[in-house]
Amino acid sequence: MRALSLHLGLLAVLLALHFVLPAYHHGNLARVMVLASFAMGYNILFGYTGLLSLGHALFFAAGMYGMGLSVQYLGLGAGPALLLGVLTGAVISGALALLALRTSGVAFMIVTLMFAQAGYLSILYFSEWTRGDEGFVLAQAGRMLWGIDLSDPNPRYIAAFVLFSLCLLLSLWLVRAPFGRVLVAIRENEERVRMLGYDTFAHKLAALILSGSMAAAAGAAYGILFGYVGASFAAVQYSILPLLWVLLGGAGTVLGPFIGTLFMFYLIDLSSGITTAYMLIAGVALVLLTLFAPQGIMGELRRRLWKGLP
Amino acid sequence: MDLGPYLVLATLEGAVTAAVLALTAVGLSLVFGVMRVVNIAHGEFFMLGAVLAWWVATSVGGHPALGFGAALIAAPLIVGALAMAADMTILKRLDYDPERTIVATIGLLYIIQQLTLMGYGPEARPVEAPFNTRLAIPWVEHGPEGWQMIWPWGLGTTTYKLAVIGAAVLILCAVWAVMARSRLGLVMRATQADREMAMAFGIPVERVYAITFGLGAGLAALAAVLIVPIQQAHYLMGADPLLLSFIVVIIGGLGSLPGTVLAAVLIGLSDGIISVFFSPTLAKIIATLLVALVLVFRPQGLFGKRAT
Repeated sequence: MRALSLHLGLLAVLLALHFVLPAYHHGNLARVMVLASFAMGYNILFGYTGLLSLGHALFFAAGMYGMGLSVQYLGLGAGPALLLGVLTGAVISGALALLALRTSGVAFMIVTLMFAQAGYLSILYFSEWTRGDEGFVLAQAGRMLWGIDLSDPNPRYIAAFVLFSLCLLLSLWLVRAPFGRVLVAIRENEERVRMLGYDTFAHKLAALILSGSMAAAAGAAYGILFGYVGASFAAVQYSILPLLWVLLGGAGTVLGPFIGTLFMFYLIDLSSGITTAYMLIAGVALVLLTLFAPQGIMGELRRRLWKGLP
Repeated sequence: MDLGPYLVLATLEGAVTAAVLALTAVGLSLVFGVMRVVNIAHGEFFMLGAVLAWWVATSVGGHPALGFGAALIAAPLIVGALAMAADMTILKRLDYDPERTIVATIGLLYIIQQLTLMGYGPEARPVEAPFNTRLAIPWVEHGPEGWQMIWPWGLGTTTYKLAVIGAAVLILCAVWAVMARSRLGLVMRATQADREMAMAFGIPVERVYAITFGLGAGLAALAAVLIVPIQQAHYLMGADPLLLSFIVVIIGGLGSLPGTVLAAVLIGLSDGIISVFFSPTLAKIIATLLVALVLVFRPQGLFGKRAT
């Protein structure tokens, strides 16, 4: 009950902020909410199932390009295009899962990294369709949903908020459902879970597809809300960032991805005003986190204050 | 130009790629073999070697050979020392846990790359080769007056490129000699075989790890110094060597040095030949997919014997 009210409280605060934030931070927070949905997708796989993927940019980009290409070449509106984006992400994550889940540990990390790299290079290779590195600006028709213009800051914030709430509530439900508990058990001791008679492969497969679809939804929404589809979102940097956000906020906590994304977004935003080498901050944060706080912010909070934090 | 001279040219260029790749990949393989650490920052040590080579060569001045010679010694030493420091301050404190070290070396990658961007800037800068004479290669062709020797335009190489291949072979032999014949190599192999047992026999395992990590990074830097008169030094140049080294190390069998060298020659040569016929992007797509599939279906590598 306490947990539910905490998360609903956060959603209420975010909704209230819509009416009070100045324009610049209003836009930033919309961005953070979409990226945090990406991070929550990553968290299902990394935080709860214990599988460290270095290739989630593939799913983010799958959603973004599944959406963007169908707007561009099929002339779909935002709604069907978004669905198609999520579907693309689900199919690609399912296909990748069938191959990558045959490995574990370091090999799993390298396999996901390589597949994501192949995806990124394919986007560059088919530049006739995808416009490669340059990317393309989404047609205005693809940014309309039920007659609402999603490129306008106000509907955009609300759309980001809806996506974020859905992902948050889904995560919250997941970790308390029997399925989520099995995932956590797999993270802690896969052998034992298998001995208890669970099909661990099927559970990991479902976790990866769910995680990939959520990342794809975030990617598609990012494209629609901010109007740009480009290959840079498929680059290795976008596989590292969700890892960083989740590690910072706290892997295996529902609120961690949001906290981590918010914190890192503003850290990079502030430092990019000073230097072009803003990824330095990300590097230093990664090293410091692995050294001193592998639990992240919410993880430390759970350890010290509130044992039952989901 | 006919196909034949094209192939000779591609093979020669491929041999240079293979030579540099073998050095870089052996460094990565050494670190993985002995320490069980996947070093994502390996490409950045390569880049650092090239950038330092430029810096040393320009600050020495005088004849190009003088600056290049100084860079050849100084750059790998500095990079090796930096890597040892990184090992002792970061990796050691993570207890060499495989997953956490990967995350930490990703962090290290961004730190090195972005610091280079701040200090060195986004420009690509060349280093002058110590010697660079063009060598034209003759070709035999069946003409109207029977077989005759021609000198096709564009078919040729430089003395420097041949020297790179020679130097790489020498260095690889030296690495082999150290690993197989010296006391340091013996200690390293002992640590690789059984860390606990090595410790029980009084081998300073942590020092061995630091030396291995430094040696691996130094080899990457050395490879970069050799290539920098042909390619230019740039702060993003580490990505390709990292990817290619990964491919080589995985196909050659994780942690096996002969397999690594064999795979480097294979990949380097075929890279040169394939990119004559296909676009480099397509070649890279095929290569990355190949690595992923080898890891999934044959994790011991194509030439590896023992499972890792």
